[in-house]
Amino acid sequence: MLQPLTVRPARSAGESRIERTLSYADAIREAADQEMARDPSVIVFGLDVDDPKAIQGTTRGLLDTYGPERVFGTPLSEDAMTGAAVGMALAGLRPIHVHIRMDFLLLAMNQLVNVAAKTRYMYSGQVHLPLVIRAMIGKSWGQGAQHSQGLHSFFMHVPGLKVVAPATPFDAKGCLAAAVRDDDPVLYVEHRLLHFQQGPVPEAPYAVRPGKARVTAAGEDITVVGISWMQVECLRARHYLAEIGIRAEVIDPVWLSPLDLNTIAESVEKTGRLLVVDTAWTCCGASAEIVAAVGERLQGIRDLKLKRLGFAPTTCPTTPSLEELFYPNARTIAAAARNLVEDADTGWMPEERPELQEVAFRGPF
Amino acid sequence: MSARLYRLLYRIRRVEEEIARVYPTDRIRSPVHLSIGQEAVSVGVCEALEPRDVVFGTYRGHALYLARGGDLRRMIAELYGKATGCTKGKGGSMHLIAPERGVMGMSAVVGTTIANAAGYAYALKFRREPAIIASFFGDGATEEGVFAETLNFAVLKRLPILFVCENNQYAIHTHQSRRQGTPAICQRARAFGMPAEQVDGDLTGLIQRAREVVAEVRAGGGPAFLEVMTYRWREHVGPGFDYHLGFRDEGEAAPWIVADPVARLAAELRPTERARIESEVAEEIADAFAFAEASPFPAAAELTLDVFKEEHHVAATHREAGAECW
Repeated sequence: MLQPLTVRPARSAGESRIERTLSYADAIREAADQEMARDPSVIVFGLDVDDPKAIQGTTRGLLDTYGPERVFGTPLSEDAMTGAAVGMALAGLRPIHVHIRMDFLLLAMNQLVNVAAKTRYMYSGQVHLPLVIRAMIGKSWGQGAQHSQGLHSFFMHVPGLKVVAPATPFDAKGCLAAAVRDDDPVLYVEHRLLHFQQGPVPEAPYAVRPGKARVTAAGEDITVVGISWMQVECLRARHYLAEIGIRAEVIDPVWLSPLDLNTIAESVEKTGRLLVVDTAWTCCGASAEIVAAVGERLQGIRDLKLKRLGFAPTTCPTTPSLEELFYPNARTIAAAARNLVEDADTGWMPEERPELQEVAFRGPF
Repeated sequence: MSARLYRLLYRIRRVEEEIARVYPTDRIRSPVHLSIGQEAVSVGVCEALEPRDVVFGTYRGHALYLARGGDLRRMIAELYGKATGCTKGKGGSMHLIAPERGVMGMSAVVGTTIANAAGYAYALKFRREPAIIASFFGDGATEEGVFAETLNFAVLKRLPILFVCENNQYAIHTHQSRRQGTPAICQRARAFGMPAEQVDGDLTGLIQRAREVVAEVRAGGGPAFLEVMTYRWREHVGPGFDYHLGFRDEGEAAPWIVADPVARLAAELRPTERARIESEVAEEIADAFAFAEASPFPAAAELTLDVFKEEHHVAATHREAGAECW
């Protein structure tokens, strides 16, 4: 009999009893609210953050509580507004700049890469840049070519930017608080489907600080690293693998930069097999970086089997028949894991179990 | 008054001439974009500013840094790549900063700091501070998308910001007439909803207009725009001249050189006063270059400092991580 599936954070001893359940979207909203209450220099802006839909509810109520100087919708000017966010941060504010699609960050690359990432270094630490960029990755219901990209590896590539991709409501709250309190620019990656996830979230403020991964399920046979939404799919895949006697250890990196290589490498040293699944393309991606870093660390120490999974090497199509093939899912992840464990192309694909399917989102947006 | 202004202008001119003189020795290891000929724009606008005000500039920023009172020794040391430089040899000529003087940054990418300046202005207004921002950029920057986006935002939020377009008519080697459908930069600024006017390179006139405009901005009138006409005497980057390239001729430069504010102010001074200023400036410049020469290069450990506030977050894939995690 299967247990109900909730992606739970590995808890420390002091947090073993969290009674309250919150959605990922509400966890983001609560973190922003608490940080704004704690620190009057925190402000939130971006396209539509103050409109009735309030960015899937993640900014709901903030305008009423903190007023239009601290919460405002912006002109459709991603480049200048990112530059303005940099200027605000230089002046001591702590802006949270919200992008309802990560694809829109491409309009702001100059300010993010040439300015935000470089500012502390090229001014030799004389200034701080406490800037948070929230960016959403879309998926399903025909989001298509320009509403679905996972571009986080672009930002991992650049020194001076931190990148976090929380997968649970607990981490959604704690990582946003940590990002706001950080004195350097942080890209906060949210997958649209994660907004619906429910999970335990303490009411009191807390921070999940940069640089620590979580082992979300223990196992001996293979290490499976799932990034952002793929963490959910990996935990589902673990159920398929359990049916055939394969015990997968699942890891959520949480912070992609700085990356907790130690936790991942320790696991791989035990299992000898690593499968990294990203909600992005594999080429030059987060999965490539993790596989390469583990390989460098463990070569000569341990025989290794390594594999990456991610988007098909195509543009994201809108039709469901092709979109389904574009993404890894619990079954394709399980199949890849089994092949790695058995070191053979087994041709196995688990029978789909309805309770392990995605049902949370039906569009339109 | 004119003695003080002369010292400011002449000092910048002589500093850059000395940079140009030393440059071929390769002891300066940073590309330099000299302001020679354009000094009056920075000096004139900064005359209208108060110490609490903040400026952002461009890669052609020596004049702005010095006009705001940035430390000369640290600037020259920065050009030499020395540990005593204003960014410890990490930013170079194009990224001068002097937070203690309200110089909050310069960018090598055209137009970039216009938006940073507007964000800083938002923070000042948000905190009800009486300071204002001056954002310096060239005529080429007005062609960038960020220029239009920022002007719209500045008017929308009535930001305390003075936009200063330093129009030297050239973007590298390309004249404004070959880049813009109409040269009416001020009209474009007005279309966003702010007052804008063009002023010539005369220092006295510029100071007077800048003071009036700055007073309006400081009084809460919202953003304003000055297009200051000027001329780059030397090549885009480097210590030399570029007339031999054929894209412009010296005849075009001649009227600007005749009207040179440095020479004009010099002519207004008593010879003894002028000689005293020039000898003091020469001494200060010699001291700054000697300081740069004598300063050490940064230690190797500096390479990985200042990427993040927390040193251990640097290249964490190759380090022990997690020390401060919950």
